[in-house]
Amino acid sequence: MAETLTAASSHGEHAHGEMSFWSKYVFSTDHKVVGLQYMFTGIFMGLIGGFMAYAFRMQLAFPGVEVPGYGLVSPVDYNALVTNHGTIMIFWVAMPVLVAAFGNYLIPLMVGADDMVFPRLNRLSYQVFLLSAIVLICSFFVEGGGFGGAWTAYPPLSAQSQYNLTPLGSSLWLVAVGLEFVAFLIGGINFITTAMNSRAPGMKAYDIPMIVWMIVVASIMFMASVGPLLAGAVMLFMDQNIGTAFFDPDRGGDPILWQHLFWFFGHPEVYVVLLPATGLVADIITVFSRKKLFAYRTVLYTVFATGVLSFTVWAHHQFVAGIDPRMAHVFTVTTLLISIPIAEMMFVYIATLYGGSITLTTPMLWALAFIAEFLIGGVTGVFLGASGADIYFHDTYFVLAHFHYTFFPIAIIGFYAGISFWFPKMFGKMMNETLGKIHFWGTVIPFNLIFIPLFVLGASGQHRRIYDFSHFPNLSAPWQQDLRILATSALLVMLAFQSVFLVNFVWSLWKGRKAGKNPWKSNTLEWTAESPPPHGNWSELPTVYRGPYEYGVPGRDSDYWPQNEPN
Amino acid sequence: MSEEHMHHPNYLKIWAMLVGLLVVSVAGAMVGIRVVTLITAFGVACVQAYLVAKNCMHIGAARRFVPYLVATALVLMLLFFSGAAPDVMKPAGVNWVKPAWQEAAVEHDVSLHEARH
Amino acid sequence: MPTGRLAVWMVVVSEIVVFGGVLASYIMHRLAHDAWSVQAAHTNMWIGAFNTFVLLTSSLFVAFAHKAAEEGDGVKASNFLWMTVAGGTTFVIVKALEWTSEITAGYTITSSTFWSFYYTAAGLHALHVIAGVVILMIIAMQARKQMELHRVELIGIYWYFVEIVWFFLFPLLYIAK
Repeated sequence: MAETLTAASSHGEHAHGEMSFWSKYVFSTDHKVVGLQYMFTGIFMGLIGGFMAYAFRMQLAFPGVEVPGYGLVSPVDYNALVTNHGTIMIFWVAMPVLVAAFGNYLIPLMVGADDMVFPRLNRLSYQVFLLSAIVLICSFFVEGGGFGGAWTAYPPLSAQSQYNLTPLGSSLWLVAVGLEFVAFLIGGINFITTAMNSRAPGMKAYDIPMIVWMIVVASIMFMASVGPLLAGAVMLFMDQNIGTAFFDPDRGGDPILWQHLFWFFGHPEVYVVLLPATGLVADIITVFSRKKLFAYRTVLYTVFATGVLSFTVWAHHQFVAGIDPRMAHVFTVTTLLISIPIAEMMFVYIATLYGGSITLTTPMLWALAFIAEFLIGGVTGVFLGASGADIYFHDTYFVLAHFHYTFFPIAIIGFYAGISFWFPKMFGKMMNETLGKIHFWGTVIPFNLIFIPLFVLGASGQHRRIYDFSHFPNLSAPWQQDLRILATSALLVMLAFQSVFLVNFVWSLWKGRKAGKNPWKSNTLEWTAESPPPHGNWSELPTVYRGPYEYGVPGRDSDYWPQNEPN
Repeated sequence: MSEEHMHHPNYLKIWAMLVGLLVVSVAGAMVGIRVVTLITAFGVACVQAYLVAKNCMHIGAARRFVPYLVATALVLMLLFFSGAAPDVMKPAGVNWVKPAWQEAAVEHDVSLHEARH
Repeated sequence: MPTGRLAVWMVVVSEIVVFGGVLASYIMHRLAHDAWSVQAAHTNMWIGAFNTFVLLTSSLFVAFAHKAAEEGDGVKASNFLWMTVAGGTTFVIVKALEWTSEITAGYTITSSTFWSFYYTAAGLHALHVIAGVVILMIIAMQARKQMELHRVELIGIYWYFVEIVWFFLFPLLYIAK
């Protein structure tokens, strides 16, 4: 009875014929519109985050210079810039774009549903997210400026305004992060229930496309890990504003407790954003190598293993925080263990490519770049996971370069792979391949030129979160400053090349070639809908007969076999 | 559908059991022996939680995925506790002390000492 | 399995870890500080026990409401839900009186870390009770008009969860001294 009731009410949402602009694009409950809202908000926040990186990289390469478009970067500004760059890129770019935008857009289409199971909750999720973004942006303009206590917000720096000098900014930052978590909890519940309950008839667990599985597992991980940090955020907020002392060792609290609360969420969070990226890479490389995904079930079990293990590694961020050395051993072992499932996933992707008929389209290039660049990030992580080596590397640019080599492939390369692949479905037009390839090389080459120098600098002892290295004789050798300038120049080149993407995006929307239903000859269900899919997705919901990766099946005329075709 | 045939236990009986357990935990606290108090109080809480989850929330009638997920969440909290407690419970460690904790411990020892004599 | 029930269970799981974070932090502090027993001695077990009884009884009515809703009797379900609302409101009023007496006795949220945890954990729980009461009222009004009767079961699951959290808060804050 309950099922029919909810089904009836969700059909009621589609009953409207003509809708005004507002109800169609702004207050829409359509999963596709909500997904695009998340995506455009994410891109907008990404521009802000990129601009912040530009400002503080200029300060590092040319200390004290008037940064064009920003002005002089003061020490307090610098702290606020690096803090909010990190926060924005992870919570307001990687999360909304990879999990929420692709999740909202793709899950109903890929499982063959007309919408999410809770369309109005979906809209609420985006609205709370938008509110969180607005609160964060407002926090830059209050007295004292934006929060400058690093994106990890360790107390007592984050808890006491006489240290961080941003009494209002730090509280607003905390509120924004809390709201953002609530938004993704609401969205995640929707993803999980949709994937569990609204699959097309015939779609069994092993017929679900990999990206759907990955987003669902990521949502479950998010749901199970974010609670302690929400609790911690409440406690930190009270430390800041009411005068409690949860994290103040002078008055009976414990700052390390915050680090545990933060990283108990913070480390699974890395995998929350990694999994969707690996999922969409799996979908893209199978399409463009015209081969079945190598070992579908193994990948799935690997994902589960990664999910479980990711909860056991968090304290490797705290090796130098004074944690119990015996615990450090435990966390070293678990950290090194988790590289196994991830490495396995990469091998599976390479095995998928082996012997395939590979087409190097733009999405395929991005997918391949993801594998190559993420491998570097993963391998350098092994050094940091070992507690002995980490004592030397901790808080240097080596760490910074390591996690940019993981997060950049995840958030930026993953996003470009996904958008260039699904753009035809989202907007009904093809993107320009030439511009796409120019943008690809203009992004990936400078990316390596930014962060390889930072690996070298980190290994030479360059510490993070320092405003002006000329105050440190050991860190201001000419070659070190040259490498800093190289990294900053490469960043400028990379940022400049992003305009190629924006031009391509707008030009393709306007003048791109019509895409048709299935331009990539792909198997999954979203390609059986119109491009772009209408409200309700299909006039008649599809039925599924087989798994998503039946490419190049021997004995068939065409080299692909859509999931919805009976034979 | 399953929920139309959902088994409804005698809720009044369960309520009576829960009230009885509440009496046990209060009585355990009245005895005044620390170990007994702790065992009755937390034992009762676990039994009460089990009774409610099983009979009122119908956790067994939910999809198998749900009890596993609930169990996972509880195990994760245990994991969090065992990872964080070794650090948080120490008054001092490698290169750090918590001044307030040490003072409090000293004061408490003194007051205990005075109480005994 | 109905989608709504699945979703409420997801909410419960995400709430377990929220309360888990607070309570785990509290327990590790409490175990490290024998001295807190001096502070904890000021909490009133009888008030806590009374509130436990109130919550127990209020969720008995939620169970009756669920049964009535399944039989299709929205008015009866609504009546039971209003009794639950009364229970939840009593809980919050008793809590407010209790806090008033503690605060006037000088034990505020900044008095010591024990009191910080005490007010935070109980306050977080009380916020959940208040939220539950609001949702219960909405659902009770809908049920009276025979609308959305399946929601009676869903609010029930949430209400039992709030009750179970209190089962653990009661010994942690009031008994273990």
